[in-house]
Amino acid sequence: MAGAGVPFKKLIADKVSDIALQDALRRATDRFGENRVKMLASLPDAEEARDRARAIRRHTIANLDRYLEQFVGNVERAGGVVHWAADGAEANSIVVSLARERGVEMVVKGKSMIGEETGLNQALEAAGIVAQETDLAEYVLQLGGEAPSHIVVPMVHMTRRQVSHLFHEKLGSEESDDVQRLAAIARAQLRRRFVQAGMGFSGVNFGVAETGTLNIVTNEGNGRLCTSLPRCHVALMGIERLVPTMEDLGLMLQLLARSATGQKLTCYTSLMTGPRRAGDADGPQEVHVVLIDNGRSRILASEYAEMLTCIRCGACLNACPVYKTISGHGYGAVYPGPMGSVLSPLFAGLGRYADLPHASSLCGACREVCPVRIDLPGLLLHLRRDTVAAGHRPWWLKLGLAGYALGAGNATLFGLGARLGGMGTGVIARDGWIEGLPAPLNAWTDSKDFPRLASKTFQARWRERQAKQGGGV
Amino acid sequence: MQKIQLMVTCLIDALAPEVGECVVDVLERAGVTIEVPAGQTCCGQPAFNGGFWDEARAMARHTIAVFGDGDLPVVIPSGSCAYMVAHHYPELFAGDPAWQTRAEKLAARVYEFSQFLVDALGVTALGAHCEGKFTYHASCHLLRGMKVHRQPLALLAKVPGVELVPLAEEQECCGFGGLFSIKYPEISAVMMERKVQNIAASGAQYVVGCDLSCLLNINGGLHRHKVPVKGVHLAQVLAGKVG
Repeated sequence: MAGAGVPFKKLIADKVSDIALQDALRRATDRFGENRVKMLASLPDAEEARDRARAIRRHTIANLDRYLEQFVGNVERAGGVVHWAADGAEANSIVVSLARERGVEMVVKGKSMIGEETGLNQALEAAGIVAQETDLAEYVLQLGGEAPSHIVVPMVHMTRRQVSHLFHEKLGSEESDDVQRLAAIARAQLRRRFVQAGMGFSGVNFGVAETGTLNIVTNEGNGRLCTSLPRCHVALMGIERLVPTMEDLGLMLQLLARSATGQKLTCYTSLMTGPRRAGDADGPQEVHVVLIDNGRSRILASEYAEMLTCIRCGACLNACPVYKTISGHGYGAVYPGPMGSVLSPLFAGLGRYADLPHASSLCGACREVCPVRIDLPGLLLHLRRDTVAAGHRPWWLKLGLAGYALGAGNATLFGLGARLGGMGTGVIARDGWIEGLPAPLNAWTDSKDFPRLASKTFQARWRERQAKQGGGV
Repeated sequence: MQKIQLMVTCLIDALAPEVGECVVDVLERAGVTIEVPAGQTCCGQPAFNGGFWDEARAMARHTIAVFGDGDLPVVIPSGSCAYMVAHHYPELFAGDPAWQTRAEKLAARVYEFSQFLVDALGVTALGAHCEGKFTYHASCHLLRGMKVHRQPLALLAKVPGVELVPLAEEQECCGFGGLFSIKYPEISAVMMERKVQNIAASGAQYVVGCDLSCLLNINGGLHRHKVPVKGVHLAQVLAGKVG
């Protein structure tokens, strides 16, 4: 994954000044945001639908053992094979073994964040197996050696011109500003690979417990080709991605497409139950479902279990002003944005992603748009507490807050501090404003001015007023 | 006659006592008797948001003690401080029933300033006069935490002389976020500058907010970028004292 191990401050350094990047992100996320609102309004009662979706997801997570058992039983009854993976490495080795046993030289892949999570492409390539991305954006990113910057629209950070340059450089195609033409170039490359590939790989948007059905949603149809054309389909899914019934799935799909891209329904919604049966026109001869934990059961047992109700719509990314400033790559994690700032440290441990829970203004826009109403700012606050408890405390902050806590517990000290502040800032301010402060407070004055403190606090003035009026509190 | 306790907030106390006096002025004009419990410091929000919950609890205990266990409404002229006390205090004392009960009792008494005027008192017209073009910035914790939005707008609409003009991206964060602005100033600054540009483009002479913290950030940016717009607290407009 791009950005792995690079300090957060370094990752964001060139993003915050990249106006072209921020413009591209704004254009896309604003459009998704507006369409999201419009399409939600097309539901009879969107707020009630969100409440129901939240309840279904919470119920599913609370009874995950039962629904997993039911799901696995039904997948097997339909003729699928279920594998369990404790972590990413195990999931990858299962997929690699399945490919090797069948002499597969190339795997065609549908867009899948869980594949990113486990680093499946690298594992396949290391085993000498070609991992071919087939989602247009993923194809472009693979060509350019980049990681996705958004969980739903992976190349949201790129312009069509950048894509054209990349195609020209890597494929020798003519430069073009025409999206249709660019898509046609990719299509010509990809079509034959669907036919050549011995295995198709996909993630899973939802698994339906009562039927053992795998659901994926795409807008390009590549997912359908990956899962039906090659003779063997391997699906990788997190253990939490279940809904109990088909009816529940219907509700989830209504909210997923609306929240993600502002569509009523994605162009392709595939429901797959087991391999091809006698008399079926198409479909794979084998279906393997790899259920992966990779930290999920640990999260389930923690106070962060709510995060497992996430349906990966990406609405929180689109709404987040920090995401729009630093882009997905700024987070240095597979999952970016608010949901990623919660998930990444939960998956990988606080040490590696200690910055992410803090790199939020807690504006709450994410919670507003989350279709299942996950309290993302609340979870971030709890993770902040955990990072501090784990010792991730900058010295200046520790010192500053210790002084502050001392003053805040003692009104006399607090008043004295305010008075000293009033005097001190009065000396250095010009026309009431301070334009430069020493580190670490230059963090403020590097970009904006700071006012001088009042020479007399409100409470001091109030006491004087009360004295004049002769008593009272 | 309605009586309240005023939690003035540390920022107004130390940085803008004149805003506190406008709050007093407006409340008294609405017929409210004000008590300012002595010994107020800070609600603990910076420590809480920074992850320093032990320190935040110490501050919360102090604040709870200062405001006592009576039943007067507690009016707070800040959306984020109101949200801290109303929402996070009970959470801070989870597992400590004695303090949690006190925290919950205090939380239930909390009103943000505009919320108290409109929802509790049912007043919108306060009588003061302010001349000029104003625009409104919806601060995050007030809007999405306290769910207060129509109240400040209803109050502004009733101030004679106030022409309210729209602000593009009115509900987008100004980039303050407390310690966020010190820890990640490079991100915070981009958000602030966007807010400042939108304010400049609104054509307003004043941008009104209900949180001194956001106004501190916005005014610092407006002053640095020499944008001739002044950020003012809602109470200043309602008191007719925007300076």
